[in-house]
Amino acid sequence: MRPFQYTKAETAQAALQAQATQTSYLGGGTNLVDLMKEDVARPERLIDVSSLQYDQVSSNENGGLSLGAMMSNAETANHVDIRKKYPLLSMAMLSAATPQIRNMATNGGNLLQRTRCPYFFETSMPCNKREPGSGCGARNGMNALHAIFGYSDSCIATHPSDMCVALAAIGAQVEVIGENGKSRKIDFSDFHRLPGDQPEKDTVLEAGELITAIHLDAPVFADNYYYLKIRERSSYAFALISVAAGFQLNGGTITKAGLAMGGVAHKPWKLREAEKFLKGKAPKLEHFEQAAEIEMAEAKPFKDNEYKVEMGKKAIVRALTQAYERTA
Amino acid sequence: MKEFDHWDEQEHADLTEDEKQILDDLGLQGSTRRKFLKQVSAASLSLWAASTFSSTLLAHPMKETPTKPAFLQNEVAVSFSVNGETHQLNLDSRTSLLDALREHLGLTGSKKGCDHGQCGACTVMINGKRKLSCLTLAATCESHEVTTIEGLAKNGNMHPMQQAFLKHDGFQCGYCTPGQICSSVALLKEAEEGEASYVTEDFRKISSNLELSEEEIRERMSGNICRCGAYNNIVQAFREVHSGKEEMPSWEFATEEQMKKAKNA
Repeated sequence: MRPFQYTKAETAQAALQAQATQTSYLGGGTNLVDLMKEDVARPERLIDVSSLQYDQVSSNENGGLSLGAMMSNAETANHVDIRKKYPLLSMAMLSAATPQIRNMATNGGNLLQRTRCPYFFETSMPCNKREPGSGCGARNGMNALHAIFGYSDSCIATHPSDMCVALAAIGAQVEVIGENGKSRKIDFSDFHRLPGDQPEKDTVLEAGELITAIHLDAPVFADNYYYLKIRERSSYAFALISVAAGFQLNGGTITKAGLAMGGVAHKPWKLREAEKFLKGKAPKLEHFEQAAEIEMAEAKPFKDNEYKVEMGKKAIVRALTQAYERTA
Repeated sequence: MKEFDHWDEQEHADLTEDEKQILDDLGLQGSTRRKFLKQVSAASLSLWAASTFSSTLLAHPMKETPTKPAFLQNEVAVSFSVNGETHQLNLDSRTSLLDALREHLGLTGSKKGCDHGQCGACTVMINGKRKLSCLTLAATCESHEVTTIEGLAKNGNMHPMQQAFLKHDGFQCGYCTPGQICSSVALLKEAEEGEASYVTEDFRKISSNLELSEEEIRERMSGNICRCGAYNNIVQAFREVHSGKEEMPSWEFATEEQMKKAKNA
């Protein structure tokens, strides 16, 4: 690991003032410290923000709840109100990593975790995300784990988070504060970027901005929800494909649906067409299958990840069926 | 007799300090020791002697800790408590908690497996929560309370989880064992507090004192990889401590009839 200066920020103001080039904020460190050991991340300064007081769940003006950015994933997933009102979020978060890692990882950090693309991790390989301009090893390389939606010529990596897939399905805003101490809110679906020709930028955060909270919309899908995670072993692995599915029922009709996929794009992939299609329909298998067809028609796989198209369809149907069976 | 004297010399040359101490602690001297060594294999030794071992034999700190290097880059001063004892250290900012424990405090119970958060061998408890010491920078531990495998035994008595691991043979090479045990001990508390997992049926219902099924135990222990595959025995050991009911090992010897059948197959 390369040398770095370490400082602990006692207040957000101190953290913001200490910002300079080649500086990273340190939360739980589960991703950043690992990347530093691999020589993928090379910050010269670390500002430890883990003990800033953004560590609560509180009510917000949307009629929903706000999650403090420094709260651990474990505390959040097991918070009484989150389990009751946003079980889809709890389920997704509990599918991630291991208890040890969930105890360390913070909510803000979860949003900022980097891709698990092997070309990004292997410093002897080209990667536009790690080293802009060096090329993409995955495009014509081993791309079984890569994107089928929204990628570009310069990057085909996927976003690894489970939490973010659920947040995309539920609806949320990310609150950040910038160098001038002013806060702004970013709609969750705008927070992560598609790669375009700047894959090194995962999010729309500007230099020095610090995530303080994630605001959830009013509770939805508390009865019909399911987070389906398909992986190469049944625990402690990243998703090949994951689907967060939730809907609200009224008199046998779906009044609102929330759907998002993980493991298929540079960001949590919101299934807008499927959501639209399901609205006003009965929760029946044929409707679930049609919704899946509509959404997956746009997929453009590579040589090794064609399986993701069929798997994606099946995963959407399965997640919706499981969500329906929750209350049945 | 001459032959035996020769054997005795050889025995002393072959045994490590730890092994000699174990045999001394067991009260085995001279000819008794020789007879004993001839009769028992190492594997049966661990089972037979489980109740006789004291915790200091199983995990004890190094007597001398390495001295501080002459030059430190980006030196940070950090003070935290380990197993109830406060330590003040000056470290390179890059030092992980795992390295601080092993290299600076001589607590070599916590093991360095992958050093990348993928195996769980370095699991310790920080402020009561199980965490990975390899991905924790020591500098971030100011005023924290760390518990390692060395801190689980009390007054010379092993923690019930340590005893259960021995009884149920929850390890083979034993390298992952300290992390497995720390993880298991933390899990007892998580179950008591009703924390859910991905396989918990309906976690909207809030309860405490969760009774853990085998599937639950496996999911919750999945952050601790054991390449020998002692998982079945680990689950058994955990179940015994979790339920408070004594369980017998689930394996048994094949009957004569089964042996015959197997030979003829």
